[in-house]
Amino acid sequence: MRKLRAWLLRFKGLFLTHARERDFADELDSHLQMHIDDNISTGMSPQEARRVAIMKLGGVDQAKEAYRDRATIPFLESVVQDLRFTLRQLRRNPAFTVTATVMVALGIGASVAIFAFVDAALIKPLPYQDPSQLLYVTETTPGIPLANFSYPDYLDWKKLNRVFESLDVYNPRGYPISTSTGMEIVDGARVTAGFFRTLGVGPLLGRDFQTGEDLPEAPRTLILSYASWQKRFGGKQEIVGQPITLDETPYTIIGVLPQNFHFAPVENAEFWTTVNPIGTCFTRRSCHSLRGIARLKDGISMEAALADVTRIAKDLEAQYPDSNRNQGATLGPLSRVIVGDVKPMLLLLLAGAALLLLIACINVASLLLVRSETRRRELAVRRALGATRTRLVRQFVIESLVIVVSGTIVGLFGSQWAMQILKGLIPAGMLAGMPYLNDLAFNSRVLLFAIGIAGFGVALFSLTPAIRLASLEMREGMAEGSRGSAGKAWTRIGSKLVILELTTAMVLLVGAGLLGKSFYRLLQVGTNFETKHLITMAIRPPVSAYGEDPQAIALARRIVNEIKNLPGVTSVALTDLLPLTYNSNTDWIRFPGREYSGEHNEVNQRGVSSEYFVTLQAKLLRGRMFTDSDDLSKPKVAVINQTLAKKYFPGEDPIGQRFGDTQLDPKSMKEIIGVVDDIREGTLDSDIWPAYYFPFNQNPDINYSIVVRTPQDEDLIPTVADAIRGIDSRISISSETTMTARVNDAPTVYLRRSAAWLVAGFAAVALLLGVVGLYGVIAYSVTQRTREIGVRIALGAQRASVYGLILKEAGALALAGIVIGTGCAILAASLMRKLLFGTPPWDITTLVGVAAVLGASALLASFLPARRAASVDPISALRAE
Amino acid sequence: MSKTEIWQGTLALMILKTLDTLGPIHGYGIARRIEQISGDRLSLNYGTLYPSLLKLEQEGWIVSEWGVSENNRKAKYYKLTRSGRKQLEREANEWNQTTAIVARFFGPLEEQS
Repeated sequence: MRKLRAWLLRFKGLFLTHARERDFADELDSHLQMHIDDNISTGMSPQEARRVAIMKLGGVDQAKEAYRDRATIPFLESVVQDLRFTLRQLRRNPAFTVTATVMVALGIGASVAIFAFVDAALIKPLPYQDPSQLLYVTETTPGIPLANFSYPDYLDWKKLNRVFESLDVYNPRGYPISTSTGMEIVDGARVTAGFFRTLGVGPLLGRDFQTGEDLPEAPRTLILSYASWQKRFGGKQEIVGQPITLDETPYTIIGVLPQNFHFAPVENAEFWTTVNPIGTCFTRRSCHSLRGIARLKDGISMEAALADVTRIAKDLEAQYPDSNRNQGATLGPLSRVIVGDVKPMLLLLLAGAALLLLIACINVASLLLVRSETRRRELAVRRALGATRTRLVRQFVIESLVIVVSGTIVGLFGSQWAMQILKGLIPAGMLAGMPYLNDLAFNSRVLLFAIGIAGFGVALFSLTPAIRLASLEMREGMAEGSRGSAGKAWTRIGSKLVILELTTAMVLLVGAGLLGKSFYRLLQVGTNFETKHLITMAIRPPVSAYGEDPQAIALARRIVNEIKNLPGVTSVALTDLLPLTYNSNTDWIRFPGREYSGEHNEVNQRGVSSEYFVTLQAKLLRGRMFTDSDDLSKPKVAVINQTLAKKYFPGEDPIGQRFGDTQLDPKSMKEIIGVVDDIREGTLDSDIWPAYYFPFNQNPDINYSIVVRTPQDEDLIPTVADAIRGIDSRISISSETTMTARVNDAPTVYLRRSAAWLVAGFAAVALLLGVVGLYGVIAYSVTQRTREIGVRIALGAQRASVYGLILKEAGALALAGIVIGTGCAILAASLMRKLLFGTPPWDITTLVGVAAVLGASALLASFLPARRAASVDPISALRAE
Repeated sequence: MSKTEIWQGTLALMILKTLDTLGPIHGYGIARRIEQISGDRLSLNYGTLYPSLLKLEQEGWIVSEWGVSENNRKAKYYKLTRSGRKQLEREANEWNQTTAIVARFFGPLEEQS
């Protein structure tokens, strides 16, 4: 306690220096007076008395010094002194202070903002119990790495596996509900009864699904998401036990999920119901509609689990060779399906931000170097007056601390702002798939990250001048006009830093260039139909009224006819799956009269109405299109795409040929009547698969989308939707949009576009910083060489050769940066190959283009100092020294 | 412990004892008193007294106050506090024990057995 009290008093002593020192001076004065009085009384002369008194005291200043050491904390006192000195220095040089602070703020702000996203998406544990034990599990087929489960296969896996504590499945499903604007589809999901127990999530209100509640005969139950409970049911406690009708089926609400619960694969599902395995899809092993999650048993590794499920897949393949041929198993951490494609992009952005931070730090470090250079005399004088080397180094540490701390504070505020801006830039549709971003916040991990990089900055900034200090010849610093060798030494270090900066800038520029080009390439991908001026929306009529084929066909005809007659509509058609969605909804086909050994000829199949190809403006290559009369009364027909024709009918005319299912069931046989260009059914970055189209009227469905062609970008969406609701108000409409918007907001496109823009932003800043750095070094070098240049000019050197001299120096640096940068950029680009599309990491045009931009900027940056060098007046240059 | 610390500790004890014996007194008086008591065998550098006084004050054993000296000079007077007096007792005890123990080491051999 006493010790603490003493320390506190001493700490306080740091600040009340003046009053204390005056007080002690008085005390010493009175001490000396008394001593002198005594001495005089013993007969000394006044001078002698004073001399003896001071001698006995051991010197006035020494006494004061010893007293001060005890009154304060000597180490801290000198730190405070250094701090005051630093602040004075920084105030005196506002340009330097502001530049350095802004650079640090920029680097830290960008890194922290990106890191916050990385944290929310990749680091923050998922809101489930023991999330590291959770897996996604599913079947694979040769073409589809993440094929869904078929229900019978799922039941077998669940029974036969030895590695999972539990295995459950889910699938997304929309539910039509009636709202004030008419019928609307609300996102929902169907899960097996143990789904939430596997995740380890309990309901906030009510109860979870019980075992057996996912069987066909069980009464239908429903759990609400927290958001849905709040939005649609006013957050009332009495909601549990209430009935609700969805899709003409009565459900009972049994619970509400906690607020923080999210499950990205089904986006913002509001209604959670059980999988009720009714319908043909649930009895067929070939109908893959369910996605799996599992919890590993304790002590089971992921490899062991994979081996076990692979064994099951093999057994099932042997048992059911027809349906399960070539079907494998896959699994991985659940986080992979939750975070999905965002991960590589986030890591890329983090790397980009880190490079930006690096370049900003290097710039500040070289600014500090220049300053330490101009302060050589000051340092030498301080050293000569007895400052220890540690004390001088500490001065640098404190300086960089002040810069970094102020930069970090500004940067943190900036990062808050940047985080909100970046989140705001994500389209709502994409954001729905990233529920983990709701937790995007400035938390302790982010703060720790910020402190970490700030610490790195302090170390870097104090180290560079300190190393210089070590190599500094002190006496030389004192000597007048001896800046030659030390100046050159600085130029050497500075040059290395500039090369590093230019290299970093090159890497970022190449990254931005490659991403931009990938994005461009992606948009150039042929869709083989006209994506502009096309309205699309999904339609869902009630099953009770339109479940039978004739009713469904009649409704489809009526919808097509009524919309076609709307003013501004050129043509209209239906499809069961819109193009540019994904390669899925496949069929296994077999050709009569050909050898067949049970292989799966997997092709996309799409049911489309008669004017589909006309509406899409897809080119018919051979044969004819469908007509409205191709219906159930006629033999089955199909239009195939070019890829199917090439793959299965090489060198043959496919028109008139027939194909059917794997059993060649007579009911499945279809005659090929036409070949259409390869309409891109999958995403832009996926391959074209073989596909066949069949007439909607020969196998009608009640879940489909309509496509409406308009001559211009007219906002006909509400008109079309109203027309459909006018036909039957029970029809639900969802996903009203345009094909152009679907292209632009598709994750493959969006991810690349935003990555390209953000990296381009980083690269632009990096280029600016790199060029400024180069300018600094060259300009400094010119001032160092003024005398030499003066001599050269005096001896008859041409101005042009002086230009050449300086530009050559800058050119060598730029060239080194570009050459090293090219190597690093190719290396870095190979790491982000996943994000590239149609562009190799060594893409020559990008590399050359970036090198040209960097070279030109470097030339510009060195031109100014070169001009100054060339205009040196030899007389004044020589006289100055 | 370095030598100066031992010295400082001893000096602190001497200061406390002086203040206990003489009552409130200024720094110069303490210095003279210590020299007198030591029979001028101890040559004190007066300057070192003041940090010790400050330390004792920071620890709360003594307090100081400006006053007027016997020959009418302004001087800072130091005074023992109650806790300072207790501290002096404690330290005096410790000192006696320590010196007794050390004395036994250096005493005549037969006394050791």
